[in-house]
Amino acid sequence: MIDPRYGPQEAAGVWVHLEHEAGELASVSKEILGRARALADERQEPLTAVLMGSGVGGAALEAVSLGADEVLVAEHPLLDPYTTAPHAKVLDALVAERKPDILLLAASPDGRDLAGRLAVRLRTGLTADCTDLRINPENGLLVGEVTGFGQGILATIECPDHRPQMATVRPGVFQRPEPDASREGRVEKIAVELSEADRPVRVMRRSLKHGVDITQAERLVVAGRGVSGDLALLKRLARLLKAEIGGTRVAADAGWVGHDRMVGQTGSVTHPKLALVCGVSGAFQFTVGIQDAGTVIAINSDKDAPIFDVADVCVVDDVFQVLPRLIEYLESEKKKNGRSD
Amino acid sequence: MSELKIVVCLKVVPKSEEVSVNPETNTLERGNARSEINAADMNALQLALDLKDTHGGSVTLVSMGPPFAERYLRLGMAMGADAGYLLSDRAFGGADTLPTSYVLAEGVRALQECDLVVCGEESSDGATGQVPAGIAEWLDLPQVTGVTTAQLLPKSRLIRARRELHGGYEVVEAPLPCLVSVRLGANEPRFIDFQRWDWALEEAPVTVWSAADLNLDESLVGLKGSATVVAGVAAAATAERRREFLSGTAEEKAEQLLERIKNWTRA
Repeated sequence: MIDPRYGPQEAAGVWVHLEHEAGELASVSKEILGRARALADERQEPLTAVLMGSGVGGAALEAVSLGADEVLVAEHPLLDPYTTAPHAKVLDALVAERKPDILLLAASPDGRDLAGRLAVRLRTGLTADCTDLRINPENGLLVGEVTGFGQGILATIECPDHRPQMATVRPGVFQRPEPDASREGRVEKIAVELSEADRPVRVMRRSLKHGVDITQAERLVVAGRGVSGDLALLKRLARLLKAEIGGTRVAADAGWVGHDRMVGQTGSVTHPKLALVCGVSGAFQFTVGIQDAGTVIAINSDKDAPIFDVADVCVVDDVFQVLPRLIEYLESEKKKNGRSD
Repeated sequence: MSELKIVVCLKVVPKSEEVSVNPETNTLERGNARSEINAADMNALQLALDLKDTHGGSVTLVSMGPPFAERYLRLGMAMGADAGYLLSDRAFGGADTLPTSYVLAEGVRALQECDLVVCGEESSDGATGQVPAGIAEWLDLPQVTGVTTAQLLPKSRLIRARRELHGGYEVVEAPLPCLVSVRLGANEPRFIDFQRWDWALEEAPVTVWSAADLNLDESLVGLKGSATVVAGVAAAATAERRREFLSGTAEEKAEQLLERIKNWTRA
């Protein structure tokens, strides 16, 4: 085997690497904190959070309120914004020194970038993009549940002999815990030594406000090829339902919706309570993106469209005939209910 | 800059929609599934070939897999790559991402000179997305993952790439040599070039390397070299959908939809 840097005998504690943007904790990191708290309680071990960047003091306190017993804060100008090398260097040194048993990161673009690098540096196992985490009652190991083959297959993965047991967690799969301001925890400043040579990759421009994170949307109205670029009705409907607009690959590539709103294998896997998909044929690459939706309503004029195999309510009709009525009804409902919302 | 040397890592995967789980044994049934080059790796190859079109140089393919993967390397060469290396050995089987990235990195290292390693961001079968970063670590190269577009700045020996983030993007510059992983769907992979077809099928150089050829210790590769174990496999429980078809005119259907939406949004 590829020898780990340390093994199970020396390892203790549950760690969570926290992601943030300008000092604001990422929602996926909050979700992981909630689950990690439960795992730490089950193992009767402390929960440690690691924050790296600059100006992250407020986020450290928030992490305590969300369940961390201890927050390790590594601040340095070269850690902000995120690039792989300096973050991997600092986290690797911390892990090698303190030897956690479990290390969880977000399965976000940056979290995956860091986790993949760090797992090899630590010569340990990494279970990627987990949809569930639990402790195996028989051997005490972390069990990561992952999907493969476009989510058709579910596998559970363990890491028996290498430490830390690393996993990245898919956004949106765990509940965000309620913050408890009365919780107490220790915040420890970590001394960081980095030089320019530690940061080979430079971020020239970073733009985050332009996009929407549709993985967090409670309701989605999705446009497919069948709407032919005419999104006016869908947008009106989305406003009435307080929904976000999403689109298929075709809709995104045609510019009808931004790529940040693309649903499916190449876009986002979403978890809305309600998804209303309009003019979508229902290719496999798309349907994995709405698989976790609570309720799926599909409108398509082709009764044989595969989208109807994965929909709860199937409307075989012209989108442009059905939506105007639905909008009209919703608007009159809204008037009836006054300005209550 | 001397001639640009790009290495593209490719994985041959079973077509996702043709793989199933045997409900009795809970094992993967890949039996009749046809194979393809992993879709994101096609985007990686396209990005590499675009750079070659602009700047000249060569594109070399490296893949770890069973002997039949050679056909797919030849397909990549028909698209425009110049040479292929297949890392193939029974000992490589059953590998998780730790030994997989190790073997691929050793394959790239054995090619000796390389300015840029390009990988697909993730495979459709494992979908871990951690092999590219792993290769970069074994080779001690800077990495840029999740790239949609890249341009080379030959004079300053930099690559400038756009990375997709949740709800945004960033533009980064990395010094060569480095590794980039390309997002699925980042570009439109080109069609095979029929002028290259006969050459690719019959003459194009494909070298097969075993563990011994790469001087790899068998205990560090494949199943033996892996840190993780698959404790269980099952077909994902897909939400059972009701598939209720509404009837009537468009107006009547809209009315029924309204009732259902009202119920759900109240709940």
